[in-house]
Amino acid sequence: MIETYRAAFEAQGGDAAPAWLTPLRRAGMDRFARAGFPGARDEEWRFTPLAPVTRSAFTPAGPPARAVSRRLLDRLTFGHPEWPSLVFVNGRFAPEVSTLPALPEGTVMSSLAQALATRPELVEPHLGRHAGPDATPFTALNAAFIQDGAFLHVPAGTVLEQPLLLTFVTTEETGGRMTHPRNLVVVGDGARVALVESYYGLDDGSAYLTNAVTEVVLGAGAWAEHTRIQREGGAASHIAFTHVQQAGESHYRSFTLGLGALLSRHNLHTRFEAPETEALLYGLSIAHGEQVMDNHTSIEHRQPACRSWEVYKAILDDRARGVFNGKVYVTPEAQQTDAKQTNRTLLLSEQARVDTKPQLEIFADDVKCTHGATVGYLDELPLFYARSRGVPAGRAKRLLTYAFAAEVMAEVAVDAVREELDQVVRARLGVGEG
Amino acid sequence: MAMLVITDLHVSVDDNPILKGISLTVNPGEVHAIMGPNGSGKSTLAQVIAGHPAYEVTAGSIRFEGEDLLEMEPEERAHAGVFLAFQYPVEIPGITNAYFLRAGYNEIRKARGEPELDPMDFLDLLEEKLALVNWGPEIMQRAVNHGFSGGEKKRNEILQMAVLEPRLAVLDETDSGLDIDALRTVADGVNALRRPDRAMVVVTHYQRLLTYVVPDRVHVLADGRIVRSGGKELALELEEKGYEWLTGVAEAVA
Repeated sequence: MIETYRAAFEAQGGDAAPAWLTPLRRAGMDRFARAGFPGARDEEWRFTPLAPVTRSAFTPAGPPARAVSRRLLDRLTFGHPEWPSLVFVNGRFAPEVSTLPALPEGTVMSSLAQALATRPELVEPHLGRHAGPDATPFTALNAAFIQDGAFLHVPAGTVLEQPLLLTFVTTEETGGRMTHPRNLVVVGDGARVALVESYYGLDDGSAYLTNAVTEVVLGAGAWAEHTRIQREGGAASHIAFTHVQQAGESHYRSFTLGLGALLSRHNLHTRFEAPETEALLYGLSIAHGEQVMDNHTSIEHRQPACRSWEVYKAILDDRARGVFNGKVYVTPEAQQTDAKQTNRTLLLSEQARVDTKPQLEIFADDVKCTHGATVGYLDELPLFYARSRGVPAGRAKRLLTYAFAAEVMAEVAVDAVREELDQVVRARLGVGEG
Repeated sequence: MAMLVITDLHVSVDDNPILKGISLTVNPGEVHAIMGPNGSGKSTLAQVIAGHPAYEVTAGSIRFEGEDLLEMEPEERAHAGVFLAFQYPVEIPGITNAYFLRAGYNEIRKARGEPELDPMDFLDLLEEKLALVNWGPEIMQRAVNHGFSGGEKKRNEILQMAVLEPRLAVLDETDSGLDIDALRTVADGVNALRRPDRAMVVVTHYQRLLTYVVPDRVHVLADGRIVRSGGKELALELEEKGYEWLTGVAEAVA
């Protein structure tokens, strides 16, 4: 199996990438070859059934059999085709369906491949420095196959008014294929940006693998709103690792929505490098059938007076499985840390299950850290309340399930995105228009 | 024909008998007050009429306009015209008051074979009903009862009643926890909804609501039985003498 990946690695065509990238890719390949995929004894992965990824080797995805239509892509622009957008099809930048309006001076928004060719000096200080090959076997594999992805560089003090869309589409007939999107977002001191990173599969029958790594680097006082939407095909596996590096007084807010894929795992790590820094992490997973949705978050409080606020929810139906692991790590110097973590799972079926594990490691004494996890079925009382107002039992259940989701959906920062996702979630849960 | 006929009703919760043989007849246009000390079974009676699943009817019957109410699901009772104003209205974060109420309203219309109202037409209807409880439209964009004060929750129940236009409204301690201004607002709303073809059952511990909502009949419940029935003067008598007079247990009425 490892040999198949190594063969694909060796066969990667020579491209215009700078020389320094070669050792990074090779380190990724070597690291992956040594470690292999995580096994059941690996604590970080023991609740994540990786069989869809590990039972056979994937080979790199090729170009699509037919061009992806504009019309389909318009559905992924939240009603704003004018917003800056980078679209990747089967892992490769697709300029013909991307939108690149003029951006403020000094701002670079391009494919990573292009940035490596034309602006390597903006890439080199960060690529692989935050989410390195050593982080997980999947970040190693991603490093081995760094080819393309989204690159964004926002100079200090620049405020981007429009959200930036980073969209990754996997087409039909991609069974057994893999892509390794590699994204780098660098936001300068005091700059502000809203990002929407979407993964979308066109085929529910193709068992493909998306293995994405995103590095986000925030300068002092920078501000980023990051919405992440996973709507892969129903047979796909989606493994993703997001690392956020935060300088002082920066603000990072993320909303992670999981709807698709047979197996999905998202690791979200954020690290505070200076005082008075803030991260707000929200998540919603909606799974049914045999879907597995796993969210691992890790927040490193390494400096005093930082704040983290986290709310992750999951709705699990049929035989779906959810996993949540929330680490909050507070070093001895991180006094006056304010951290709150909440994980709530709603089970719609007796066969659905969740493994949830808050993990607080606190080495400072003057801190406010709380966590709470709840797992349960719909409450009887609200159901009776809705039914007593004439709403039939089935609809009342769907309505209250939607209410559970809507509470965290309200945290999506961009209005048009929130409204569109609200429609998507309503449709998924069988609840009519508002 | 009588609207509500309760005959020898016995109800248990977790095998504990709460109601031990209640019989009560309510005619269209009438307002009946159910009074009694804490634990007498007043709220149980209200919840059973609405179909709360936690209560088990072990004997007796409830007929509503000739139909066997106990055979009906809670939503079917709502469709038939039964409404319960909850003692503790439920908070539902994530759904707006407008959406929730329109859902119930349209389900009732659908069950009756009437066309549903779209959101715009529903807003027009709401405007008129909101005036009954002295509210502007903003309240409808807040989540159902979420973060509402005690008084706002009770007003919201009256608003729901005004919109759903039930044939039979059961008000479960709608006066509890209200200051005098809120009590007046709620009572004015209730009075505005009194009609010859609508009956109300007002469950209350205290007499003070009945100063504003004057009942046709007053029943005193103690230990799961009606121990005395009378006209509106019975409430005043209770206020004077306390429940001990009828129940042997000292408890203030006013």
